[in-house]
Amino acid sequence: MKRAGFTQRWLPILLLMPQLVIIAVFFYWPAAYGLRSSFFLQDPFGFSETFVGFGNYLTLMRSPSYLKSAGFTVIFSVLVTFLSLAIALILAVKADRVIRGAKTYRTLLMWVYAVAPPVAGVIGLIMFDQSWGPLVDFAALFGWDFVLGVNYFDTAFAMVVVSVWKQIPVNFIFFLSGLQSIPRSVREAALIDNRSASGRFWDVTFPLLAPTGFFLLITNITYSLFDTFGIIDTTVKGEPGNNPMTLVYKVYVDGFRGNDMGGSSAQSVILMVLVLLMTVFQFRLIERRIHYT
Amino acid sequence: MTRLSLAAAAALSMTTGAASAQTEITWWHAMGGALGDSLNQIATDFNASQSDYQITPVFKGSYEEALTAGIAAFRAGEHPNVLQVFDAGAATVIGAVGATIPVQDLMTQNGVDFDIEDYISGVRYFYADSDDKMIGMPFNSSSPIMYYNIDALEAAGVEAPATWEEFAETTAPALVEAGYIPLAQSHSPWIFVENFMSRHNLPFATNDNGYAGTDTEILVDTPELKAHWMALQDWEENGFYAWYGAGWDDNQAPFEEGEVAIWLGSSGSFGGLMQKDLPFEFSATYLPYWEAITTEPKQTFIGGASLFAMSGKSDEENAATAAFFEFLTSPEVQYAWHRETGYVPITTAAYDMAKEDGHYDRFPAAEVGIQQLSLPAGENTKGYRMGFYVQIRDVMNREFGRILSEGANVDDAFATIESESNALLARFAQTQN
Repeated sequence: MKRAGFTQRWLPILLLMPQLVIIAVFFYWPAAYGLRSSFFLQDPFGFSETFVGFGNYLTLMRSPSYLKSAGFTVIFSVLVTFLSLAIALILAVKADRVIRGAKTYRTLLMWVYAVAPPVAGVIGLIMFDQSWGPLVDFAALFGWDFVLGVNYFDTAFAMVVVSVWKQIPVNFIFFLSGLQSIPRSVREAALIDNRSASGRFWDVTFPLLAPTGFFLLITNITYSLFDTFGIIDTTVKGEPGNNPMTLVYKVYVDGFRGNDMGGSSAQSVILMVLVLLMTVFQFRLIERRIHYT
Repeated sequence: MTRLSLAAAAALSMTTGAASAQTEITWWHAMGGALGDSLNQIATDFNASQSDYQITPVFKGSYEEALTAGIAAFRAGEHPNVLQVFDAGAATVIGAVGATIPVQDLMTQNGVDFDIEDYISGVRYFYADSDDKMIGMPFNSSSPIMYYNIDALEAAGVEAPATWEEFAETTAPALVEAGYIPLAQSHSPWIFVENFMSRHNLPFATNDNGYAGTDTEILVDTPELKAHWMALQDWEENGFYAWYGAGWDDNQAPFEEGEVAIWLGSSGSFGGLMQKDLPFEFSATYLPYWEAITTEPKQTFIGGASLFAMSGKSDEENAATAAFFEFLTSPEVQYAWHRETGYVPITTAAYDMAKEDGHYDRFPAAEVGIQQLSLPAGENTKGYRMGFYVQIRDVMNREFGRILSEGANVDDAFATIESESNALLARFAQTQN
């Protein structure tokens, strides 16, 4: 059998060029520049700089506030990813069984998807407002004196709630379509084998949802690490104070607000390495256990 | 018909010709809302006042965003002629010698009379270099003052306190009795650290508060400042002081709602408070001081921001910038800006004009900011100059949050602030080699 292909070598390269140029200009060049900056301490205007080797990295490793943000980022990401996946899965499984008014019900659940993260953050601010937020009044019923922006735990709680709320609809859409692509025959066969609904879910439905779940796991981790920026920014109102911060937000605070080019470049490089490791881990270890149909 | 259209075409080409002969300059600023309207009015008036120059103001977001946008644009060669930089960013801009043209040089080179003595004393040297040469033009200058709810103080049968001792012993207990939260304030680093230092004439940093060099160390781990914060922690426990987070508005709102009787804010907040038509009478007076520390309280630092003329522009554009600065500092413009916003007039001439016009007879509280800035100066009241100061304020805010919401130990918190700030200052010094 003859393989289909290009007869000349230059044509495919030429066709690839636009994409390669875009990647080089917008991804590799800034990344290389960031890597270089992380070894210097630089005047923001670019007039002078001092080479400090790994000084910026060592400063970060010794900084209790950086380590605290790192710890918070891990807890935050795990909570946001787990809760938004779990809640969306429950909603999708339940919505899948709804027969009457199914479309309206599903549309209502997807609605929040259209809300941009900073807007979600503003809505969160209103709900958790110190003097008239409805959720603050609700917390007060349980004797919880909720003060956003004052108490570290309360602010973290609000950030997690808003981030999860914002992410559920995306996960819901994917889980629902995943559920609907499971063949009817498989479900009916399972019904004969196992009478327990939860047993059927864990033995049949859940494994068949795994490809969707894996995809969502990656997108949700990325979301909780990076896309929650807008929510965090609006929740702390530009004055971080003693409030929790994720690592991405800290890059912004030190780099854009504080003009510490070297320090924030080092933070970005750390995040870059982290994402690289995570990607390798996900595709090497987790994907092997998943079977695509 | 043809003749008419020809004439019209000729007229059109003449007006476009005239427009292109105008020198256009841009001004990046961080004044939103009502302040932005007042600022745009200044630009419009300047453009109408003469025909050679045209200034275009552009709103760039918060103070931090405006500074970062200006720096990024400078590196790309796309920077504006005039950039507004706030107090905490002063060291970054003034440290980058060559990024800006010192205002004093710009003015004299373009034949504008400049005398630093024309500026009121509290404003004069804040944006100056170690040789007292003015680098940035003070624009919106304010000072922290004490606003009080007259109705609340009358109900409690007390006067506005002059000292913190009076507040703790007399004012606060009476206000609590009358059902009020006695005290709130909107900016802990600015009011309870920086201006604590100037009011009591205490050194804030080595190297003449940082003006004399970059190898500066901050001096906040001091008995006076810690005693103040320990008192504050006690007051919070007794219900004398309430803290609503690091956000400005969250702390101002309870005062406007009449829950809090005394609020420490900016003299620049005056215009906004007047517009809000509060359900009670309010007035303002000087920031209190501790009699235990000094019996001769001094003037305070200015807050707010200044305007920098950025370098790398043509002589014509620099002449336009100088003409704009001359217009901006004229008594009429300064008085109008002061009247509308509550920011202090920066020249003695403008202050005199406001007095003559009877502005302070109508609104006595409007004069408090400038009076406080005109109090006797001390060797530590000129200002401060510290790099990475935005981060230093962030460190302070973080530790103050821990003191006030987590009951953190004041000694530990100030030791942390001092060591983290000094590490930041040392890093900043390395960026300036």
